[in-house]
Amino acid sequence: MISFLLKGILRDRSRSLLPVIVVSLGVFLTIVMSAWIKGIFSEVIDMNAKFTTGHVKVMTRVYAENSNQMPLDLALLGVNELKQNLEKDYTDMEWVCRINFGGLLDVPDKNGETRAQGPAAGKAIDFFNNPKEVERMNIVKSIVDGTIPKKPGEAIISHEFAEKFGLGLGQKVTLFGSTMNGSMLFKTFTVCGTIRFGVTMLDRGAILIDISDAQLALDMENGSTEMLGFFNDGEYDKLKATEVVDAFNTKYSKQNDEFSPQMFRLEQQAGLEEYLAMAENMGGIMITFFIIAMSIVLWNTGLLGGLRRYTEYGIRLALGEEKKHIYMTMIYEAILIGIIGSIIGTVLGLGMSYYLQEVGVDFSDITKNINMMIPPIYRAAIYPDLFYIGFIPGLVAMTLGNALVR
Amino acid sequence: MDIIKITDLVKKFPVGNGHFTALNQISLTFGEGEFAGFVGPSGSGKTTLLNIIGSLDTPTEGNAIVLDKSISELSHKQSAKLRNQHIGFIFQTYNLLPVYTVYENVEFALLLQNLSGSVRKKAVLEALEWVGLTDKIKSKPAQLSGGESQRVAIARAMVKKPKIVLADEPTANLDSKNSHNILQTMLKLNEELKTTFIFATHDEKVMKYLKRKISLADGKVVGDEMI
Repeated sequence: MISFLLKGILRDRSRSLLPVIVVSLGVFLTIVMSAWIKGIFSEVIDMNAKFTTGHVKVMTRVYAENSNQMPLDLALLGVNELKQNLEKDYTDMEWVCRINFGGLLDVPDKNGETRAQGPAAGKAIDFFNNPKEVERMNIVKSIVDGTIPKKPGEAIISHEFAEKFGLGLGQKVTLFGSTMNGSMLFKTFTVCGTIRFGVTMLDRGAILIDISDAQLALDMENGSTEMLGFFNDGEYDKLKATEVVDAFNTKYSKQNDEFSPQMFRLEQQAGLEEYLAMAENMGGIMITFFIIAMSIVLWNTGLLGGLRRYTEYGIRLALGEEKKHIYMTMIYEAILIGIIGSIIGTVLGLGMSYYLQEVGVDFSDITKNINMMIPPIYRAAIYPDLFYIGFIPGLVAMTLGNALVR
Repeated sequence: MDIIKITDLVKKFPVGNGHFTALNQISLTFGEGEFAGFVGPSGSGKTTLLNIIGSLDTPTEGNAIVLDKSISELSHKQSAKLRNQHIGFIFQTYNLLPVYTVYENVEFALLLQNLSGSVRKKAVLEALEWVGLTDKIKSKPAQLSGGESQRVAIARAMVKKPKIVLADEPTANLDSKNSHNILQTMLKLNEELKTTFIFATHDEKVMKYLKRKISLADGKVVGDEMI
């Protein structure tokens, strides 16, 4: 009977063509949108991990509460020992110190007088001894002119900042601010490079220096505002991260000591928990929406098909087929069409997702004024679930749409 | 032995607030191997009576017993089984399934009986041989003439070797030559297989072949003659 139905479906285009197109289209959209949402959210998370949150991050308890103000006086101390301990305890992770600081960048004229000033959002990383950090933050590729700092006293500044104030390579900029001890900071750097990450939040007033320079200038010997941990394979593993965080906090964090170190998972920072929940909800909402929309279209198609095949059902009843059997064959046909449409939609959807993964869509013009860490190019991400995720709306909608015809 | 026994059968259809009596106090019997027909003008109740015998409809009052089964008391499943195993239908407009080949149209009746592929094939080829269409096995209904289409319909009705074949105006869409061919084929099958054929017709050509003519008018039997 199945082969009999299959022949009917393949030969009678008016019975199968529109439903197959609707199912294929719905499955195609489900897969592409799922891949794209996953890709965007993954990239946002990955970007946040690399630039801000790490896979896990250690801060003092009190710094964590006020981290948006970058209060240097609440930073971690004894980071060298802490880092050694962490490297010993968690051998499959890399630990890096970073210092975030704010201040004012002063651009002097040829007489040493202030020519221009602008706010600075500084980040100090280990340029001299840790090439993986440079690679992780994609700094080499993001440099527009010059190189990364190779010796003390060198800094990379934002390309926009450099252009705005007519700063060239080799010229001096002075960082004004306050040190960890609250004393005034005046430190002059030589511009060795200009950078454009393509992310407004990172590019606006950026100054990147080596962590040893920052520790010296900010009176932060053996200190840093944060210590980031990354899994060696580069992939975030929530379960593993939770284990690490729980073990660390049990061992090091003390409730009654606000300067004791505390570790946080990626999602526990910068509102990413809600962001990830939203990503999952969006996927669910999207699939539900497609099931409802496709069911309505397929229900209507089924109704029209049912009317057109009214005579056929009459003949089949006369030949001795039960009403229930006829109804079941309609459902079988729907399942067959659903499978055919889902396979076509999955193949096309995966093809489009692959294209979006490799090429992406450039939204940098639209996102240039957004103060969030979001990628300029939105790419899809192909993941194993995509190979079957389309079958859920494809089969359910087709079967439901035809079941409603009864 | 009677294979169909109709007693005081009444069939009413609701019309507005009242009803229309399509069949009124019909009592008839049919034996095995009869070649009979209901004749009469349109609206006389021929098709309604055929539908009740074929368990496609049920009587409002009275009894219709077909092959020892009371049509009124059959469930949907039982009436479908009765049609599937023992009753063949032939329609005025052939009613072949347009997307399937001649072979597949004839085979469909057997698919419902869950017979094996080889048994089905043997039966289908035999049925097509009866009607002389073995050379059209792979043709689609659209590629057939009216006469050929009706012969396929006969093969489809006969392939399961039913005890009763009900033919509703089988020649109405056919020319004289094709009508005679069709009727001769049915007569041959009736004689060879002892299948009971019951027609609903007002076609003179059919009437010439009938061995029993039951005249209906306004839902009543007004004549029943053996020829």
